[in-house]
Amino acid sequence: MRILFKTNYKQDLNLAKHGGHRFWYGLLVLILFATPLMLDGYYVGEATRVLIYAMAGLGLMVLTGFTGQASLGHAAFLAIGAYTNAWFLAQGFSSFVALPMAALLSMIGGLLVAIPAARMSGIYLAIATLAFAIIVEDFAGHLTSITGGNRGMMVDVPMLFGYKIRQSWELYLFVLSILVAATLLVLNILRSPLGRAMIAVRDSEISSKALGVNPMKIKIFAFTVSAAITGLAGAFLAHYMLFLTPQIFGILLSIQLLLMIVLGGLGTVHGVFFGAVLIGVLETGISISKDVLPSSIGGLPGIEPFIFGVILISVIAFEPNGIYGRWIKIRSYMEFFPIYRRKSFKRQRAYLKTERLR
Amino acid sequence: MHEFLQLLIVGISQGCIYGLMALGFVMIYKATEMVNFAQGDMMMLGSFVAWTLIMDLGMPFWIGVLSTLIIMALFGALVDILIVRRVIGQPQFAVVILTLGLGIVFRAAAGMIWGQVPLTIDSPISGFSSFYGIVIGNERLAIIAITALLIVILWAYFRYSKWGIAMKAASQNQLAAYYSGIPVRVVISAVWAVAAAISALAGILLAPITLIEPMNGLLGIKAFAAAVIGGFGSMPGAILGGLIVGIIEPFAAAYVPGVKGSMVYIVMLIVLALRPQGLFAQIHRKKL
Repeated sequence: MRILFKTNYKQDLNLAKHGGHRFWYGLLVLILFATPLMLDGYYVGEATRVLIYAMAGLGLMVLTGFTGQASLGHAAFLAIGAYTNAWFLAQGFSSFVALPMAALLSMIGGLLVAIPAARMSGIYLAIATLAFAIIVEDFAGHLTSITGGNRGMMVDVPMLFGYKIRQSWELYLFVLSILVAATLLVLNILRSPLGRAMIAVRDSEISSKALGVNPMKIKIFAFTVSAAITGLAGAFLAHYMLFLTPQIFGILLSIQLLLMIVLGGLGTVHGVFFGAVLIGVLETGISISKDVLPSSIGGLPGIEPFIFGVILISVIAFEPNGIYGRWIKIRSYMEFFPIYRRKSFKRQRAYLKTERLR
Repeated sequence: MHEFLQLLIVGISQGCIYGLMALGFVMIYKATEMVNFAQGDMMMLGSFVAWTLIMDLGMPFWIGVLSTLIIMALFGALVDILIVRRVIGQPQFAVVILTLGLGIVFRAAAGMIWGQVPLTIDSPISGFSSFYGIVIGNERLAIIAITALLIVILWAYFRYSKWGIAMKAASQNQLAAYYSGIPVRVVISAVWAVAAAISALAGILLAPITLIEPMNGLLGIKAFAAAVIGGFGSMPGAILGGLIVGIIEPFAAAYVPGVKGSMVYIVMLIVLALRPQGLFAQIHRKKL
């Protein structure tokens, strides 16, 4: 067990709290960058998908995990990012234009939602974002000149300095470097006054007001940042999919994103990655096990959502802090080995908190 | 003018279904402050159970309907006792995600049990009535009549019966209700049972007009929009919201076909932007 001696107030702000963090996270990033050397093409593609999920989840986590605003409509931002990126590439622009435009347009979309949504809370917010996603999906189907409508749209490969990224490992590295940058951005926002204010708004809007935070502004900020990151993820999703139809961005995708960050652990950056890996492994695992299992089980229609749903329910019911919460418990069990007390993580008795009076 | 009236009546009958489902949402929300996103899927399960009893086992229609309501009521209570009760007091979105997960499981399970091929129920009410030049299917008239009857029954139930008053009390203040000797847990399970039975009835009423298939569960989202328009937490509001949504749909399809899928949601967003708490607000600011 490690005891930190703090000699400076600034130490609380450091990204890496001690040498162990620096070593292990550095190693993790190195291994991630070296992954294409170790895996063959199919699995590099799957890994790319996990990274894209992680990026989208990161965007949603900023909003839902750190600012406490549940969104059931993040597929809309994925859609905006994906179509913007594909359209700009189709016009012959390079990725240096297309990617920032994808982020910018989703950001504007986020701003449009945020201005009314910042006044809502709880279920009203959830249903408003859900409605936004349905409307965006519907519009994507009707704007045939830009999106190709329901017939779909081909996506060009990303282009940097006139070089076209065709190999799957090249795309993997591209996504990975942007994802590392986005993660650092989020971590840095979280340790700045803005990030602290976001967490304050999540924990109690009234107390944050009393401390001089304007919850409206913070929520709008969180919405725009979240939309921008998710839009970027959408742009990469377009490259991964190669072919876009509005149906991809249905409500089920939004639910899956939410599911991901909840499974991983709400309110932690680790949770995003745990969740993305879990979803990726589950999807690949189910599709592989379908070939292995007898067809009476593996061939059942809807076995995939069924397993997803069961896992989701059991996580919410038994471990609401997700995988990361479980990991914290395991870690402290090991740290305090002989004297670990189960009660230190005992859940407090919870009572109904009314939203009718605020 | 005829076209207008025709669309209006179709809209009202469709709106009754949405209204019934919205009623289920609102009842559960009022009693437990939980939003049951699986309501639409409970409706879908209800119509499948009715199909099994009536078409597969050959029960007479009305007995089949009655048994379906009882089965679904037990099912709703079980869902509350086994699963939903665990998340009381957790943040709102934990509940949202839990019920979304339930919905996914119900839909997938229905697909596995009954298959993806749409089914139909033979209803004893069929044929058309025409008056003043409007032609309308009898089953649509039956929907309107049954909904109206149900509203009266529910109103009387919440006004006069002991259980109904206990439900109202538990939804207003659980602690106070508990102190006055109301078994709050049992009452909440009963609310789930009633809500499940109401949505099952909506499913049965819907069955003659559309086909029964697992994807019907997604209709719950429209009913949800209806409940929001009416202001979550107000029972007359739920019915009114359902009627508004139901009436918007055929008119949007007839006059602005480009946005017929999203018109309901656009209206809902406008309502939310103007009145963030819905038309009949239940959330009040605490006065200190």
